[in-house]
Amino acid sequence: MNSGIVAWGTYLPYWRLDRKTIGLATGQPAGRGTRTVASYDEDTTTLGVEAGRRALRAPGAPAPDVVFLSTPAPAYLDKTNATALAAALGLPGSCAAYDLNGSSRSAVAAMRAAAGSPGPALAIVSDLRTGLSGSADERDGGDGAAAFLWGTEGVVAEVIGAASATDEFLDRWRVPGEDESHIWEERFGEDVYVPLAHAAFADALKSAGVSAQELDHVVVSGLHTRAVRAVKGGLGVRGEALAPDRSQVIGNLGAADFGVALADVLERAEPGQLIAVLVLADGADAVVLRTTDALTAAQRANGETVERRAGAGRSDLPYIRFLTWRGELEPEPPRRPDPERPGAPTAHRAEGWKYGFSASRCLNCGFRHLPPTRVCLNCHTVDEMAPERLADTQGTVATFTVDRLAFSLSPPVVGVVVDFDGGGRFRCEMTDVDPDTVHIGQRVEMTFRRLWTSQGVHNYFWKAKPVEGSD
Amino acid sequence: MASRGIHDRVAIVGMGCTPFGEHWDKGVNDLLTDSTKEAVTSSGIPLADIDAFWLGTMGSGVSGITLSKPLKLDYKPVSRNENFCATGSEAFRNACYAVASGAYDLVMAVGVEKLKDSGFSGLTGTRPVGDGTDAALTAPASFSFLAPAYCHKYGVGEAEMKDVLTRIAWKNHRNGAVNPRAQFRKEVSKETIAASPLIAGQLGVFDCSGVSDGSAAAIICRTEDALRYTDKPLYVKALSFVAGPGEGTMSPSYDYTSFEEVVRSAEDAYGQAGITDPRSQLAMAEVHDCFTPTELVLMEDLGFAERGTAWKEVLAGTFDRDGELPVNPDGGLKSFGHPIGASGLRMLFECWLQLRREAPPERQIASVTEAGRKLGLTHNLGGMPGECVSFVSVVGSEPSA
Repeated sequence: MNSGIVAWGTYLPYWRLDRKTIGLATGQPAGRGTRTVASYDEDTTTLGVEAGRRALRAPGAPAPDVVFLSTPAPAYLDKTNATALAAALGLPGSCAAYDLNGSSRSAVAAMRAAAGSPGPALAIVSDLRTGLSGSADERDGGDGAAAFLWGTEGVVAEVIGAASATDEFLDRWRVPGEDESHIWEERFGEDVYVPLAHAAFADALKSAGVSAQELDHVVVSGLHTRAVRAVKGGLGVRGEALAPDRSQVIGNLGAADFGVALADVLERAEPGQLIAVLVLADGADAVVLRTTDALTAAQRANGETVERRAGAGRSDLPYIRFLTWRGELEPEPPRRPDPERPGAPTAHRAEGWKYGFSASRCLNCGFRHLPPTRVCLNCHTVDEMAPERLADTQGTVATFTVDRLAFSLSPPVVGVVVDFDGGGRFRCEMTDVDPDTVHIGQRVEMTFRRLWTSQGVHNYFWKAKPVEGSD
Repeated sequence: MASRGIHDRVAIVGMGCTPFGEHWDKGVNDLLTDSTKEAVTSSGIPLADIDAFWLGTMGSGVSGITLSKPLKLDYKPVSRNENFCATGSEAFRNACYAVASGAYDLVMAVGVEKLKDSGFSGLTGTRPVGDGTDAALTAPASFSFLAPAYCHKYGVGEAEMKDVLTRIAWKNHRNGAVNPRAQFRKEVSKETIAASPLIAGQLGVFDCSGVSDGSAAAIICRTEDALRYTDKPLYVKALSFVAGPGEGTMSPSYDYTSFEEVVRSAEDAYGQAGITDPRSQLAMAEVHDCFTPTELVLMEDLGFAERGTAWKEVLAGTFDRDGELPVNPDGGLKSFGHPIGASGLRMLFECWLQLRREAPPERQIASVTEAGRKLGLTHNLGGMPGECVSFVSVVGSEPSA
C-alpha cells in the first residue's frame, strides 16, 4: 500500500468565460468574475492527460502500474476512458487503467484506490461542468483536472488520517442521457451536508491524532457552495489555514475541484505541515496529510502552479461560441463532407503515434520521422528504427496558415508546420492561439486534444500550442 | 537507369475539349461523349478505329467501363487512371507509351470529372480508412503555406506578396475572359480580387481555382502515321512524371518555397526534349495554378525565373498573354475550374490550339505567331507542398530535323 503523494499535476484550460457576457446575452445578471472553459477540442480525457503529463514530469517520478480516472462527464460510456489516457501518457501495456465515473464522489474513490494500491498509482480527477443556458451551474462551474501520483518513495505528503460519512439523499442528480444536473432546493442539501461534513472531519482528525487548530491548510470542496460555506465556518480551524477560494476566476471544478485545490496547497506548503481535505459529495470524505522534506524539491521541479495558471488564460470567449462548444447551439455547417471517423484497426495499429506521439529515429543515420516509418527518408535503411516519444519535445513554427474553409467547431483552423528540437517535422493544427499572433519562428509544444467526433467516435490526437510564457 | 523518353515517337492527331463549368444538365456520360466526339471529328478518325483507351478520372467513376459503356466500345481495352490532380496527364502519358511500344496504332486519352453533383465546396474525395492523425487542412490552406515562407525567405513584404498573387489571378481571369470554353469569362479587377473574402492564409476566394465539370480527349498515333490524319500534328517531345517520397512534410530542410517534385520532373522533361533555356525556347506554358502562390513558385521550379525573382517577373508582366513567355494563356485552372481528371488534357488542348495557330485571333499568342516558337509545356501537380506528384510534358508543332 502506498504511503502518500509523490507528485502532482494540474491542468486548467486556456479559455475563460467572463460571466458578464452571460448576463449580456440573457439579460439576467450573471455575477462577476470568470470561469474556466475547456476548448472545443478538449474533454475530460484530454484534460486528464494534460494533468497527468504534469504529474509524471516530476524528476524521479516512478512509472505508475495503475491509472484511475474519475469524472462525472466521461467522453465514452461502456468504453474505458483511462485506456486512452494511459496511451497518451506513454504508459506501458502492463499498466492497468480504470474509470470511476458517475458522481463527483467517485473522484475521492480514485484517490483512495490509488492510495490503497500495492505499487505506484496515478489518480486523475477531471471535470467539465456545464448547465442549461443561464443556469447557476453554467455560470459557477469550471473545467479542469488534477493528477496525483501515489507511491512509497519520495513521498511529499503522507496520509495520517481519514474518515467518511455517507447518507442517502437527493441533492444533485442526473438521469443517464441528460447533460445537465437537477438540483433539489439548496437549503435541504445544506441541512444534510453540514453535519455529515463535520462528522467526517472530526473523525479524520481523531484518526490522525491532531486538532483542528494544528492544521496549516484546509481545503473544503463541493458543488453545493452554500453547504461548503456553512461547513467552513464551523470547522474550528484557524482562518488563515483555509485554502484560497479561486472560484471567482476558475469556477467550481466539480469532481476536479478538491484536486486542484490540494495541488494549490502543495505548491505553497512547507515541509512538516498538516493539510486537511474535506469533500462534500453525497456525504463527506476527509483526509489528513502531513508534508515531508521532499516537498521543497518537488515544488522547485514543478515550476507550473495553479496560482499562475489561474491568472493566465484568455477571457474574451464569446458566450455564443461557448454555447456552440457545449453543444447547446448548432452552428451552420460548412458545405463540406463531415469528417471521417477513424477506423478501429487503423487507430489501434497507430496507437504509439496517435496517442503516444511516438516518432521513429533511424538507428543508422539518426533521421527522425513523424509519423514513424519503417523506411528511412534520409538513408533508405529498412526496419532499423527506434521509437521516440516527442509529446514533451518543443518545436518551432516553420510556416503557418489560417484555414477558414476547414471544418471546425471553432473556425478558423490554424495550421502549422513544426520543426522539433533535435530533428523531425510535422504538419498539424495549432490550438489555444490567437490566429493573428502566429508567426514563423514561434515556439510551440504539443497538447493532447479531441480533433473531432464523428459517428460517435472521438478522434484524439496531438496539436501544437504556443509554449506558455513565451512568444 | 535512365529516363529516355519517347521524343517525337508519337503525335497527337485529334483533340476535343468540352466547355468547363457547372454542367447541371450533363452527367459524366454526356461529358465523355462530348469530348470524344469532338476529338473524333477533329481527326476524322472513326471511334471504331481506335485500338485502346486511357481514362483519367479521380472520382467520377471506377474501371474502364466508365468509358466503354457510354461510348459502346467494341470490346476494347480501357485503362482507368488516377494520380491526384495530374490524373488527366497520367492518362495521356500512358496512352503515349502504349503507342510508342508498338502495342497499338491508335489510342485515345480521355479525362473527365463531374464535381458539381456533390453539393460541396472545393474538392472532396473518398479516402481509405485512416487513423485520424492527418491535419484536417483544406487544399487552399496547404498551398497557402507557400506565401509566408516565400516572403520570409526573399524578404518580400506581405502587401507586396498580395499584389503579386492578385496579379496572377487577374492575368488568368483576363486570359479566360476571351476563351469560350472557360468557366469564368469575365475580367476581374485587381481591387475585387484583393478584397475577396479570405479562405486560407493570405488567399482570398479569387486566389483559388474554381470547381467545375469538364472533359477533354486526345487521339495519339505513331509520328510516322501522323500526317495521314492531319497536316498539323502535335509531336510529343517529353513526358515526365514524379511521385515524391513526402520529404518536405517530414524534413526540416524543406522551406516551402519550391516543389522538388516539379524541379525533378522539369529537369527530366527538358532533358528529353533537349531544352536548355525554357524561358526563351518555349512558346507557352500551361501550369497548375490551383492557387496563386502555386503559380508563383512554379515559375521558378520550371526554370522560367531565377530563384527569388518570380514575384518581380509576375509584376512586370513577363507571363502575361502578350508577355515574354505566356503562362496559362487559356485562363488556367483559375478560369476553367479544376475537374481533376480533365485538367491535364485541357492544358494540352490549349497547346493544340495555340501551336497549330488555331486559337481565335483575339487570343493568339505572339510568341507563336510573331516569334515563331514551336514548343509548349503542360504541367500538373497533385497533393500538397512537400508531398506531391508532378507531371511535365513538352509538345511541339514540328518534329526534330
